[in-house]
Amino acid sequence: MAIFIGEHTRLVVQGITGRDGSFHARQMRDYGTRLVAGVTPGKGGQTFDGDVPIFNTVADAVEEAGANTSVIYVPASFAADAILESADSGIELIVCITEGIPIADMMRVMPYIEERDCRLVGPNCPGLIVPGICKVGILPGQIVRPGRVGIVSRSGTLTYEVIFQLTSDGIGQSTSIGIGGDPIIGTDFVDCLRAFEEDSQTDGVVIIGEIGGTDEQTAARFVSENMTKPVVGFIAGQTAPPGRRMGHAGAIISGSEGTAAEKTRAFRENGIAVAERPADIVDALHAVL
Amino acid sequence: MNIHEYQAREIFRAHGLPVPDSEVVDTPEGAADAARSLGGRVVIKAQVHAGGRGKAGGVKLAADPEEARDAAGVILGMEIKGLRVRKVLVAPTADIATEAYVGIVMDRVSQRPVMMVSPEGGVDIEEVAETTPEAIFKETIDPRYGLLNHQATRLAYRLFSDPSLARAAAGVLSGLWRAYRSADATLAEVNPLISTSSGEVLAIDAKMNIDDNALFRHPELEAMRDEDAEAPSERRAREAGLSYIKLEGSVACCVNGAGLAMATMDLVKYYGGDPANFLDIGGSSNPDKVVCALEIMAGDPNVRSILFNIFGGITRCDDVANGIVEAMSRLELRVPLTIRLTGTNEEEAVGILGAAGFKADTDMDRAVQRAVRAAGVG
Repeated sequence: MAIFIGEHTRLVVQGITGRDGSFHARQMRDYGTRLVAGVTPGKGGQTFDGDVPIFNTVADAVEEAGANTSVIYVPASFAADAILESADSGIELIVCITEGIPIADMMRVMPYIEERDCRLVGPNCPGLIVPGICKVGILPGQIVRPGRVGIVSRSGTLTYEVIFQLTSDGIGQSTSIGIGGDPIIGTDFVDCLRAFEEDSQTDGVVIIGEIGGTDEQTAARFVSENMTKPVVGFIAGQTAPPGRRMGHAGAIISGSEGTAAEKTRAFRENGIAVAERPADIVDALHAVL
Repeated sequence: MNIHEYQAREIFRAHGLPVPDSEVVDTPEGAADAARSLGGRVVIKAQVHAGGRGKAGGVKLAADPEEARDAAGVILGMEIKGLRVRKVLVAPTADIATEAYVGIVMDRVSQRPVMMVSPEGGVDIEEVAETTPEAIFKETIDPRYGLLNHQATRLAYRLFSDPSLARAAAGVLSGLWRAYRSADATLAEVNPLISTSSGEVLAIDAKMNIDDNALFRHPELEAMRDEDAEAPSERRAREAGLSYIKLEGSVACCVNGAGLAMATMDLVKYYGGDPANFLDIGGSSNPDKVVCALEIMAGDPNVRSILFNIFGGITRCDDVANGIVEAMSRLELRVPLTIRLTGTNEEEAVGILGAAGFKADTDMDRAVQRAVRAAGVG
């Protein structure tokens, strides 16, 4: 079963003829994802790699190719509209990889998404992967291994690091999902934790947070109030100086809330085992599973 | 991106806020001239990207042009939180009856802009939030409709019971929202918004932060960037598309991805070292970026050891390896280099590095420990 994606996924790639879009479309297809369409306005009627139809609009991809999931690789200045187009066309799951979308654009996107029956993952995220079945996004397929641990994270490469360490130790994953590092994102920690709690193929969850915002604190409360499955946590940014921007917008410490110390405390107080190093996540999982 | 008070004042004025005339100068003589042309008592304010200017001595009153010259002489060149003051704002003093706070911030929880006001202005709003949270009033703005008139009015009456003052304040709030929206700001603030004994409402301070992701559509705001406020190494990194923040430690870290970069710094600390910087080379594999990153780290006199930690995904390890080899042929490194590479094209990378005489590790903990030891700490 896994969460959000799987054998039922019928994927359309928005921006399939671009450099990143075409590269990752091939990677996803090679991994086993059912790639049913691509969208690039003006290139409708052409095909990608010989047999994937390209459409001018997402609506056409839904109607003619039965797409139910979209992944977005278009440039930041067009990405907000790409999300809105998918939402407007009946896509159920929209995964936005694009980074650098203006905050004001995302603020206009969110109410639109909330009014429709769809889920947004990202933006500025690596996407999702169900080992051996399906991947939507850019997570490297060669480091995962099928299993029963769910991973949810705000980071990209730090998620790969954790997956890699788990896989190296023989711990497989049910689904890994990167929710994105921006201040405004669609699917949040709580959405993923709830889905993992309900997923019959997941026995435990790893949550990887970082400084900035209060999503980890909210997630911690959710874990203590609603989850029966064990959760192991890690927070990046213990050594980050207050008030400085660390790469992406999610990592801003503003005021007293949002520090690594505060988040670590919230995790511990709510029954989440906190790993001090990424390598300790493996041992923490062995202890609780 | 931060902009200075004098720049935010211009933007606010353009959106109809009642901002008194002022001048920006960079010499004591200029301050004297400005005081003369403004007439009467003036206030001299340091223009730096640091909070707490007043407490640091960066704001002074002057009764006449001579005093303005002396005050500017003290403030110009002063360092506030490590930033040198190169410009001062000269503005007329105001006859203050009341001081309020008004601001708009991007709220992550509601995912919307929130307008916040308090009749207790003139002090840090964080302080008000802590001591008298009941004196802060908020309205969440629906980005599709903007700040509605009745919201502005509702907040304005929280600040003033007098209808004419409240009307003026509502106008300020609407203008502030327009400025916030049109500049793609993440923060727009007036502290204090004052009323005078003659019944005027005036914005005598201005603060604005701009969303970096939106600068591509605001060349006029990008032009306001104060490059002197950045360390030269940080500026160079930004221009090369690297995300770099200099810190005080001795172990330099070059990593792909912000989360992994922070986790690497944390691990340096865990093993007894101190990170010299945050440096995210991003998803690109451009060897020029790697060269620039190495040069920046090697140029930091505190650095005793350099660590690369690359987890190849989009970033290809062989590209990074090529960049390292090329950089090492261009510059003479006086500190030990530790390389950790794993993921996409890892074998090719190890081969490239090996041929050039470098060893690479695949284990993060081992590499960090080695880099810390090489720095002579831990």
